[in-house]
Amino acid sequence: MAFQRGSMRNKAGARSEQISWMRRFEDHLFTALAVAAVLLVLLPLAAIFADLLKRGIGSINWAFLTRTPAPVGVPGGGMANAILGSGVILGIASAIGVPLGIGAGVFLSEYGRNRFGDAIRFTADVLNGVPSIVIGIVAYSLVVLRQRHFSALAGGVALGIMMVPTITRATEEMLLLVPVSVREAALGLGISRWRTTVSVTLRTSAAGIITGIMLAFARVAGETAPLLFTAFGSQFWSSNINQPIAALPLQIFVYAISPYDEWHRQAWAGALVLIALIVGTIAVVRLVASRGMMKGTA
Amino acid sequence: MGVGIEVESLNAWFGATQALQDIGMHIAPNHATAIIGPSGCGKSTFVRCLNRMHETLPETRVTGKVRIGEMEVYGDGTPAVLVRRQVGMVFQKPNPFPAMSIYDNVAAGLKLNGFRDRRKLDEIVERSLRMAALWDEVKDALKKKSGASLSGGQQQRLCIARALAVEPNVLLMDEPASALDPISTGKIEDLIFQLKENYTIVIVTHNMQQAARVAEFTGFFLLGRLIEFDKTEKIFTNPSDKRTEDYITGRFG
Repeated sequence: MAFQRGSMRNKAGARSEQISWMRRFEDHLFTALAVAAVLLVLLPLAAIFADLLKRGIGSINWAFLTRTPAPVGVPGGGMANAILGSGVILGIASAIGVPLGIGAGVFLSEYGRNRFGDAIRFTADVLNGVPSIVIGIVAYSLVVLRQRHFSALAGGVALGIMMVPTITRATEEMLLLVPVSVREAALGLGISRWRTTVSVTLRTSAAGIITGIMLAFARVAGETAPLLFTAFGSQFWSSNINQPIAALPLQIFVYAISPYDEWHRQAWAGALVLIALIVGTIAVVRLVASRGMMKGTA
Repeated sequence: MGVGIEVESLNAWFGATQALQDIGMHIAPNHATAIIGPSGCGKSTFVRCLNRMHETLPETRVTGKVRIGEMEVYGDGTPAVLVRRQVGMVFQKPNPFPAMSIYDNVAAGLKLNGFRDRRKLDEIVERSLRMAALWDEVKDALKKKSGASLSGGQQQRLCIARALAVEPNVLLMDEPASALDPISTGKIEDLIFQLKENYTIVIVTHNMQQAARVAEFTGFFLLGRLIEFDKTEKIFTNPSDKRTEDYITGRFG
């Protein structure tokens, strides 16, 4: 190709000038299209952030972050219990979802090149597509019916189940990206297979796996439906995992469908706090993770 | 100290395809032995059978006997990890652990097998990097830089240092310089010269000049069989087999 074009330039200068003009035009066109696509993707995100800030920031004050909800008609009050509750539920969810997800991902990538592995992969993908409210029902029958009352634990179980498939697939994909040569290097040193998996393969792909975990975390942090009949919500300060507990999405939901303007404003503020907490958590995890990683790696 | 390697009627398979047929060889201690032959002749498979790396690939099989020093490589009671600790390996493409520092790369074989003595580790890392002629180039960034941040030639010497750190008796090198420029290749070859004082070296190479430069003994493989095995000088000046002659004179392969 290059050879042909070169000889073309010698034979007909005008023709080759036309080609290079066309090429430059194409080059700019596709760059412009790519930039436009990026803007289009960022636009809704920016719009949501801007709107949330505008409507929510006015109601955020010290009381909002430190007080429990006030009764109807009483001004003030806050969502401190919901912030704590979300933390507790997400903590339980992560404690369930992260180890199960990573474990299943490791199994799929290291031992899952067979029918059984395919079955698990299919199951994980289906689980990923199950509506969150159905997962809520599962947690309800697994935990709530047995305990005979709503609880933070039940909410955590529901969200934890939802985290598993995302983390599983992310872990598997990231582990498969680690070149065979790196595994062989470890095996060749007389390092056992499981040690190689934990200390070399997992460590090499840690950045990608953490991204997967954060995606799963961010997704379930905003879930409301599976918490409706598991964590249930609460107006009181509680960190007991065996009691019903408040959660930001639940509180936002309850306030948003209420007829009171003050509650509407607080719902906006709650949404802003929720987003800030998710972004903050991801930022902190990334920072801590990057500290532990070497420079010069991808 | 290097030890000798005895190979007896060694066969290896990938699935139904036989990659090695009835190989017998005596590899002398503290010498370099080159394995040459055209692509796909089983050179790599042969060295990977010496440290039981062949069996890490799916659907592979090995029969026959390999004895390294006193150790029966395919003996019933011999765990593969033990074999690999005594038989170091350097691969064709440099493969440092990308998520580890230079220091951790060299220390990996010991650390990941439970070795915890910090002071001893420091010593071994320095000694291994010196042996691999890399110490001066990396000593200021041992724990700061990733193994993957080095140049290709440095990475390969890092991999050699990593293999030496576990103090093997034998060093297998599978085309260790084929991905490197002439200067890096020269450094690796110098290294092989020094290393054979203490190690038995088996080096697979596509480059016949390289075989002639570094190895005292050379084996010629063709289609999974060992055609000829002799002193390097004999192989390159007066081979007994017509096929060896054809290969080294460039009539095929």
